Amino acid sequence: MIRIGKISQLLCNSFTRNGNYQIPWILIVIIAGLLSACDRPIWNSPYSSEDASKNILYNAFAERPKHLDPVQSYSSNEILLTAQIYQPPLQYHYLKRPFTLIPQTTQEMPLIKYVDENGNELHAEGDVSSIAYSIYEISIKSGIRYQPHPAFAKTDQGDFRYHALTPIETGSIFKLGDFTALGSRELLAEDYAYQIKRLAHPKLHSPIFGLMSEYIVGLKDLAETLRNAASKLPKDAYLDLRNFPLEGVEIVDAFTYRIKIKGKYPQFIYWLAMPFFAPIPWEVERFYSQPGLTEKNITLDWYPVGTGAYMLVENDPNRIMVLERNPYFQDEYYPVDGMPEDVENGLLTDAGKPLPFIDKIIFSREKENIPRWNKFLQGYYDASGIGSDSFDQAVQLTSHGEATVTDEMQHQGIRLETAVAASTYYMGFNMLDPVVGGRTDQEKAAARKLRQAISIAVDYEEYVSIFANGRGIPAQGPIPPGIIGYRDGKQGVNSTVHQWIDGRIKRRSIEEAKKLLTEAGYPDGIDIKTGVPLVLYFDATSRSADDKSVLDWMRKQFKKINIQLVVRSTDYNRFQDKMRKGNAQIFEWGWNADYPDPENFLFLLYGPQSKAGNQSGNNAANYDNPEYNQLFERMEKMGNSPERQAIIDQMVEILRYDAPWLWGYHPKDYALYHEWYQNVKPNKMSYNNMKYLRINAELRERKQREWNQPVLWPIGAAVIILILSLLPGFIAYRRKERKTEIKQLGLKM
Amino acid sequence: MFNYIIRRICYAIPILIGVNLITFVLFFMVNTPDDMARMNLGVKYVTDEAIEKWKQDRGYDKPLIYNQATEGFSKLTQTIFFEKSVAMFVFDFGQADDGRDIAHEIKSRMIPSLAIALPVFLLGIWAYITLPLIMVFFRMPYIDFWGVVLCVALMSISSLFYIISGQFLISKVWHLVPISGYSTGFDAGKFLLLPVVIGVISSIGANTRWYRTIFLEEMNKEYVRTARAKGLPESTVLFKHVLRNALIPILTGAVVTIPLLFLGSLITESFFGIPGLGSYTIEAINAQDFAIVRAMVFIGSFLYIIGLILTDISYTLVDPRIRLM
Repeated sequence: MIRIGKISQLLCNSFTRNGNYQIPWILIVIIAGLLSACDRPIWNSPYSSEDASKNILYNAFAERPKHLDPVQSYSSNEILLTAQIYQPPLQYHYLKRPFTLIPQTTQEMPLIKYVDENGNELHAEGDVSSIAYSIYEISIKSGIRYQPHPAFAKTDQGDFRYHALTPIETGSIFKLGDFTALGSRELLAEDYAYQIKRLAHPKLHSPIFGLMSEYIVGLKDLAETLRNAASKLPKDAYLDLRNFPLEGVEIVDAFTYRIKIKGKYPQFIYWLAMPFFAPIPWEVERFYSQPGLTEKNITLDWYPVGTGAYMLVENDPNRIMVLERNPYFQDEYYPVDGMPEDVENGLLTDAGKPLPFIDKIIFSREKENIPRWNKFLQGYYDASGIGSDSFDQAVQLTSHGEATVTDEMQHQGIRLETAVAASTYYMGFNMLDPVVGGRTDQEKAAARKLRQAISIAVDYEEYVSIFANGRGIPAQGPIPPGIIGYRDGKQGVNSTVHQWIDGRIKRRSIEEAKKLLTEAGYPDGIDIKTGVPLVLYFDATSRSADDKSVLDWMRKQFKKINIQLVVRSTDYNRFQDKMRKGNAQIFEWGWNADYPDPENFLFLLYGPQSKAGNQSGNNAANYDNPEYNQLFERMEKMGNSPERQAIIDQMVEILRYDAPWLWGYHPKDYALYHEWYQNVKPNKMSYNNMKYLRINAELRERKQREWNQPVLWPIGAAVIILILSLLPGFIAYRRKERKTEIKQLGLKM
Repeated sequence: MFNYIIRRICYAIPILIGVNLITFVLFFMVNTPDDMARMNLGVKYVTDEAIEKWKQDRGYDKPLIYNQATEGFSKLTQTIFFEKSVAMFVFDFGQADDGRDIAHEIKSRMIPSLAIALPVFLLGIWAYITLPLIMVFFRMPYIDFWGVVLCVALMSISSLFYIISGQFLISKVWHLVPISGYSTGFDAGKFLLLPVVIGVISSIGANTRWYRTIFLEEMNKEYVRTARAKGLPESTVLFKHVLRNALIPILTGAVVTIPLLFLGSLITESFFGIPGLGSYTIEAINAQDFAIVRAMVFIGSFLYIIGLILTDISYTLVDPRIRLM
């Protein structure tokens, strides 16, 4: 503290010497230097100047990934990384719609064989009940290699270099990059088998183990066997899964394996395009299981190892995640075919060229929207989503109601891409509730009319317009666009809620809703039996002050037909609790597709999937209609065909009439891209798309320089203001000091 | 003094146990182990078996505080509270629910937090002392009046406003420094400049007013009159005598915060993309990660106690009349 006083004193004295005022020359030299610089560097670039013209894609992420182990990872922010690194056997075609599965590491699509209990082969479209097992035979391509990794490094004697680390060796290791020797090896069928066994690993918590153990033969038993084996080993010891056979997985030869699943489950093929079924080499798990590495976060969950186009070279999820081109990735090419509009949009310019195009992808963590948005406008992020606060700045509607970028964005060369997500946000009625679900047949019929009336009254077109800036499509049923079974236009209209008039969908009138309400036994919102106003309860998760307007709007919608809506707000844990116990009345929820099959949406209303009393159930409305259930059971086992479509149409029609959900809306994603960002086709189903993207780094650097020239006059102005504000003070200081000197002189005299 | 420090450290133990217990009770009042499991496993396809397995693996399958199923002392030790708390007293924080080592995470996040907090603290102390000293030095009504007005104005503005307007003007309009980001080594300077300047400015109003009051109180004391009577220059009176005697209240406020600098700042780090500890606790609360929450609360209370002890020690350095017994 004393020193601070001295520093202040010195600073004061530096401006005066021998009682004369000195000009702070050094400041003037600095300012002159700053102002005279003509070819100035970009001062506000968050990146190294050496990287300015490099072939790097810059992205932002808000939420840190928790798991990068493909057996555990399920969130979209995690799969964005794992999908670039790991290669499951199949993938989605980048350009074709509806979403089409194609081989990724396989030579061709899996061969599917159906057999009965005795192993006799059956016809695919034969009697489903006689199919005991489905066998998927998968042949992978030879020559695919893993990214360089220390787990594969070998000594001259052929032993693994880092598989028996001593405490001294691990003591000097702090990150994966500290291992100097790297190796690689060819991808084998056994690596896929190994990963399937990992679904049952006692120390790993795969979210799909429960589901897969119902299908993959022997997976449940393997989990039990592994649990017993692990209990006999020291904690965190390596459990070599190669020593534990799994009945449902057979390795035919080095490049072929078979998966045997119970019955017929056509949707299983979609799971083969997810990282859960990506290969994991045993060497890698053996390497990471060594003592001393977990404490330094050197784990498979942190440092993934794959055969994909990119490898993770830096993992600091609080700041930055860096993917670099896998040097061993080869023999994959940009698609040569797509949709008719793809040619026009320049999406086939790179047809047939080897992938990937970009050398490095840098994900920087941006927790807040404002800095993320501003950095995008400065050209430091190549793409951006649009927050509600910047929506008006970025997007405008044309006279035809189409969304396009504003003039300001257009001037910067920014373009807008939109895509309807394979998701649905809905408001559900708990069918176990006596008021909105009903118990007797008579009550059920009345409750149906009540739900239909509410479905008409709650205007989701208005909701999307007000609260989602128009970014959504009011849903006509559970299946979103882009998923097989979705119907567009007149065929797709939910006639319970809407009408097709003059080529457009129009919501039915409030009068119709009121009429239905009267038929339900609530004329003008009054319960005819009790004479009291109808009060319904909306169970919502904790709402921030910002959401008050949404809840007010919701109350207003119910008020249109004189129903009082009471919001019961709670935290998400309690909300889930209510849902599991079947205590909620009206609730809202959403569903993102796992795969592009209608089964993945229609099962949300399948009776045996009811959530009340069933932990893993996904039918939150507890809707249970025998006719619907029967149709579902037929539809889920069928391959896509007109017959299947007819069943889907019938099921959707039942749902529309029964109205267990207010169908809500399918969100529409808007994303902005700079002009140097090419080959973008939004794909809401697959995530391994970064290998198809291309960046014009030269153009980006030019634009960044043009948009970010430093403005230097404020520095000069600040210095001048500082000097001017200090000057009167120093004059006063000198006067005061002189007075003291004169007094002292006076005393001496 | 040594005895005093040992005694204070001993006092800290029941405080830390109490803080730990309160954290535990509050956390598990809101989140059950089942909720924690569900949060980690996701809501899709999760089964009862998966939840049980997760709880077993993480040690959350035991009773919370009292285990009726066992005998003797095990009734207390075979509980989540005991098992999760004991290791912390030897600074073994274990693993987060996502499997990451908490100690490693804290170590790696501490440095970026310090990179901002330390310069803000040092420059802040310099500014908060210098400005009130200047105001006191001149004691001119208009400087004092406008100084106080400016301080009130500065302290009335939210720190978020400083951050957003600072980013807007300096980074977006004038393009002088990056809006957000972080780097290590020499390159870090360009990222730290703006948050440090904003950090100092945002708290300059309140601190200047407070320190001014302290200095004004000292200025009226007799030793100041004596110093002036001796004919000492006003600057010597202020910087040597007044400042030294005003240090006790300054140290009370400043030293206690030194250990807490490691914990960082939530808003500053979020807006400037600094990968520090500021958001670690809040992220853990949102993720229902009790392992991190208890570790961070423990560290926070431990550092606070250290700060209080350091404050007491610092008194003896600036005031020879104070002895720690």
